Parts: sequence; C-alpha cells; structure tokens
Amino acid sequence: MRKCSLSAINSIFEEIAKNTMLFLPVDNKDGKAEYKKWQEGFLLSEKLNTVKSPKEFLFPQTENLMEFKTSGKNIEIIDTRTAKEDFVVFGVRACDAKAFDILDKVFLTEPRDSYYASCREHGTIITLACNKPSETCFCSAFGIDPANPMGDVSAWKTENEMFFEANTEKGEKFIELIKNLTEKTDNKEVKKQKEKISNIMKKLPLANLSTEKFGGGKTKELFDAPEWAELSSTCLGCGTCTFVCPTCQCYDIKDFNTGKGVIRFRCWDSCMYSNFTLMAHGNNRNSQKERFRQRFMHKLVYFPENNDGTFGCVGCGRCLSRCPISMNIVKVMKKLGGKTND
Amino acid sequence: MQKITTDALVQKAVELLNNNTVSYVLGWKKGEFDYDITPYVFKDEKTLKEEFIYSDFCGVNLSKYLVAKTKELAGKILVFLKPCDTYSFNQLLTEHRFNREKVYAIGIPCEGMLDIDKIKLNLEGISSIVETKEGVKVNTLDDKTIELEKQAILLEKCKNCKSKKHYAYDELLGEEGDVLDNNRFDEVAKLESMTAEERFEFWQSQLSKCIRCNACRDACPACTCEKCVFDNPNSGIENKSPANSFEEKLFHIIRAFHVAGRCTDCGECSRACPQNIPLHLLNRKFIKDINEHYGEFQAGLEVGQRGPLVSYTTEDVEPSDVFNKGE
Repeated sequence: MRKCSLSAINSIFEEIAKNTMLFLPVDNKDGKAEYKKWQEGFLLSEKLNTVKSPKEFLFPQTENLMEFKTSGKNIEIIDTRTAKEDFVVFGVRACDAKAFDILDKVFLTEPRDSYYASCREHGTIITLACNKPSETCFCSAFGIDPANPMGDVSAWKTENEMFFEANTEKGEKFIELIKNLTEKTDNKEVKKQKEKISNIMKKLPLANLSTEKFGGGKTKELFDAPEWAELSSTCLGCGTCTFVCPTCQCYDIKDFNTGKGVIRFRCWDSCMYSNFTLMAHGNNRNSQKERFRQRFMHKLVYFPENNDGTFGCVGCGRCLSRCPISMNIVKVMKKLGGKTND
Repeated sequence: MQKITTDALVQKAVELLNNNTVSYVLGWKKGEFDYDITPYVFKDEKTLKEEFIYSDFCGVNLSKYLVAKTKELAGKILVFLKPCDTYSFNQLLTEHRFNREKVYAIGIPCEGMLDIDKIKLNLEGISSIVETKEGVKVNTLDDKTIELEKQAILLEKCKNCKSKKHYAYDELLGEEGDVLDNNRFDEVAKLESMTAEERFEFWQSQLSKCIRCNACRDACPACTCEKCVFDNPNSGIENKSPANSFEEKLFHIIRAFHVAGRCTDCGECSRACPQNIPLHLLNRKFIKDINEHYGEFQAGLEVGQRGPLVSYTTEDVEPSDVFNKGE
C-alpha cells in the first residue's frame, strides 16, 4: 500500500495526465458531479457520486460501428474502428466498479464485443472508497462493500491523505507511475477508515433491503404478480432510470444517412420505450406495465438466472434520485418482496 | 395563507370515495424517504389513510395522468390540482384529451414545492426533512441538523410562481390565492440581450448535456401525442440518441415549437430533467414572444380558449415584423 498527502493529489493527477487521458468526477456548473477529462485546476469532486454513471467510458451513449459507401451496385464497408488510447478513470465508486463486472459478463462473453473490449483493455479503473454513503445507497444488498472498492487500483481518502493499493497488473503499472509522488505505508489508517464506513453502512435506511425473493428461477413466481400493475401505473415511460443506470446495457443499432453514405451506429436504448426491440410484426411489450416489469425482472431475475446468481443492480441509488416521479427498484423490491424487507 | 394538511385532503377523498362520488383518487403517495413522493391512484380508504401525502415535495403535476387514467379506469377519478396544475387541466380539456365528466377536480393551495437536488447540493445522507415556517430542517445520517430557507430550495418552476389562483375545479379546499407578479421572463430577456453567438454558445452548452431520456417530453402535459414523431420509426426522424450536435438541438427545438401557444409554463420539463437543462426557458421565450406580438396570452385560463397561434385576426402581426425583430 502507498500513500500521499491530499495536498499532493493534484500533482498526481498532473503526472497521470502527462502519460494518458485522465477522467475524474468534478463539480459542474449545476453543482453536481460529472466525469470530465482532467485539466489544470480541476479538483476531485467531494460528492458521493456522479449523475451519469461511468459506464460510458466502456459503452458510450452513441458509438459508430462502421460506414457504408455505395457506388452503383457496389457497397463498400468501411471499418471505422481506430486504435484506442489508454485512459485512466479515477474516483470510481465500489458500486460502479462492480457494474463494470456486470457489463463484462454481457459484452465479453462470446461473441465478444470488440468495441467494448477495446475500451476495457485500454482503461485503468482507480476506485475510491465512499466515506459518506447516502440514504439512497443499497449496494450492500448486492454484496458490495463501499469500504473495499475493486477496480485496478483501490484508493481510500482520509482526512489528510490518500491511500492506494493495486489489485491487478494494470494497477501495478499505475502505482509504478505515481511511485515518486507516493510513499510506502502500512494499512492501519485505511483499516480505521474502513471501520468508519462500516459503521455508517449499518445506519443506512436501506441497509436491510432483502434480495431473498429474487434471483434465478423466480420467473414463474414474480412474472404475473398483481403488484406490477400498481407499481407501473404512473411510470412516465421515459428512459431516465435506464440512462443513469450503471448496469443497463441495452442498445439499438441505427443507420444515419449522411447524404454521401451511411454511418451505422449504436446508441443506448431503454426497455421503457414503446419502440424498444420493435420488430416487423410490432412490439412485443405493448403496455407500460410490461415494459416496466421487463426492466426489473431483467435486473432481479433473468440476469442472475443467466449469470450464476449475480444481480443486474449494484444499488448505486441513481434511479432513486433521478426518476421524475420517484419510482424505483427499491420500491419494487419492497413491494414484491413482502414482509421480509421491513 | 393557512397550509392545507394531508389529513384534510384524505378526509375529503375518503368522503367522496365512500359516498360513491368517485371511484379513484389520483394523488401523491409517501416514499421511502420524506422527499421521494410518487403519483398514485388510490382505490380504498385504508391506503389513503396510510399512504396519501401532500407535502412540500408534491411537485408532480397530476393533470397529464388524466389522459391515460380516464381511458383506463371505468369510474370517476378525483384529482387534486395545485394552482399551476389547473392551467394544464384546462389546456388538456381544450385539446379534448380527456373526458371532463370522468373527473372530479379539487383545487388545493400550494406554497411552492421544494427541489431535493437543491437541498442535497451541500449535504449528503438525509435521515429526515421536517417542514418549518421558514423552510426545512434537514436531519442527516451523521446526526446533524441543517436549516434551509425555502426561497433557496424551491423548484425552478416555483421560484417564479405565476399564480396561486385555481382556474379549474369542482371544489376548492383551503383559501383561494391570487395571480402573482413575477419575474419569469427576466432570464429570457437576459438571453435576448446576448449576441447570437453568445446565445448559441449558451444553448449549445446546455443542450449538449441532454441524454435523450425524454423525461421532459414524458412529463410535459402539453406532450400528449399518442405516438411522438421521435418514437415513430415511420416518421423518418425517429431518434433515440442524437447522431451529432445538430440533432442534439433538434429534439428540444422541435418540442418547444410543438408546444408553443399551448405550454402553460408549468415547468415540469425542467423539474424532470436529470441533467438540469433549463428547458422552461425555451418555452418562456415563445410565451414572451406571443405576449409581445399578439398581446398577453396565458394558455389554460379557460376551456375552449383559442390561442393566437391557432386563430387569425386582421390585426395579426406581419411575419416580416417578427423576422426583423429576430435580427
């Protein structure tokens, strides 16, 4: 484990940025945290988390896949993939780091998604423990410990210092890069910090949220539950929850006519939309109830069923904060989970 | 003004349910915390008594739900309307979007709704929020108490409240208020005084924050097309995500044009936006222009009202005058 004083953190950012692109949460004009490319004068945000999740570093909202040019009856297919540059994302929270593992399961199992894989390979993820988890946090329900975030390097912030520990080979490289700006240390301070965090975790209002009723094999039990109707009854059908979610990974593939050719791109899609997975025969989910159910069944039942029990939610709480009508996965889990959640 | 209590609303709703005046109650339901209140259709006395709430966090405008709910539900629906919600209610009726006979509307007073984002701006971890005379007292998870003044934490739409007066109801609870003097066009005037480049820069930086979640559209009581052109693959402009910076602006500008003359300035677009884009300024620009070119006009004042953009008089402003003003 290595450490530096907090006053030295900006020189660390400077050092990283010399070698590679560095992204980190900074406060924007609206007073909210947002991942931005570091430049001189940017300060690491003190906020618990960003409005948008860091999934866009691996899975951008829009991404060009290929281009087509036609001349007469010939179609030329142009591979638009370019060599990706290395980048570092600093200050990723435990929940969001776990979300990357979930995205990996989707994009890196065969057939492997080369666009995603390329971002994943070039990115180094530096996580940061949450010193002040909030009332909207429920990561512990999914076995995530905000005091022990994963990623390539884990970092902890105490009152005056920042501590770093590498978890992977990429992480070792990062530690090497900042070696001259940090010093070797034991883990005593970090241990204390972890205890502090654990104590806060116990006090969180959603600390005892139960996943007992959910998981693989629960489709029959939950699919026709009468509660879906009332849970979804005032859902606006917007895509806010899906777009701020760190694990929502559905996308659509579209063609954009440039006038001179066609750019085929993919963009985030939302199961909340009426034109989601629209097929020639029409839509297979005609009501908002069905769309709403799909989103939560996917995270709480279908995904764990296909991924050895891993849930498709990390409890980051973004949907709790951002839904325009304050409907969210916690309310769904409590309603469907019955008494075990109280 | 005497603040109306949750109990008074529940009592009224229960009375109307039990004497069969209505079969459903469209109101607000308590959340996990003190601020995450969800619109909800209540069907019985027990749920109303346990879960109905009317507090400073009931910013959601319930009018739009009547479009879907009056079709979906067989009986009469009681809806609670804050003053600004009544404008949307009338505008929807003007556009024949729901059957008035299926609705029992109760006007309720509103003293301005709060923005949880503004409360959370400088604090993390809320255990409870208590309303006080001056604003709120926030108790945090680390056992601190922070007092915040109401004016500083009002929703954007409530900061420049245009009216405490209800323009539609079957029954009124609490005291009736007045139309208010307000400064809602000040920000627009500021944008108008910018150079074209500055203004472009302003909107470019705001609209580039858009994640196309469509929350503004889906929350908007003026957006009630059964199929939005942006969701319709046959429209030719279906678009889930902007392909470039032109398309980024396209969605919002088209939307603003489409609700021009119909937008009541209820402010739901900006409240719903997860990215803090001041979308209400686009709509207010249209309202201000309409006021200046055609005389004062407020959408939603009465049912059947014909706005200047959908009626013709020989005194109407010449397009060239409008064009020259834009120079």
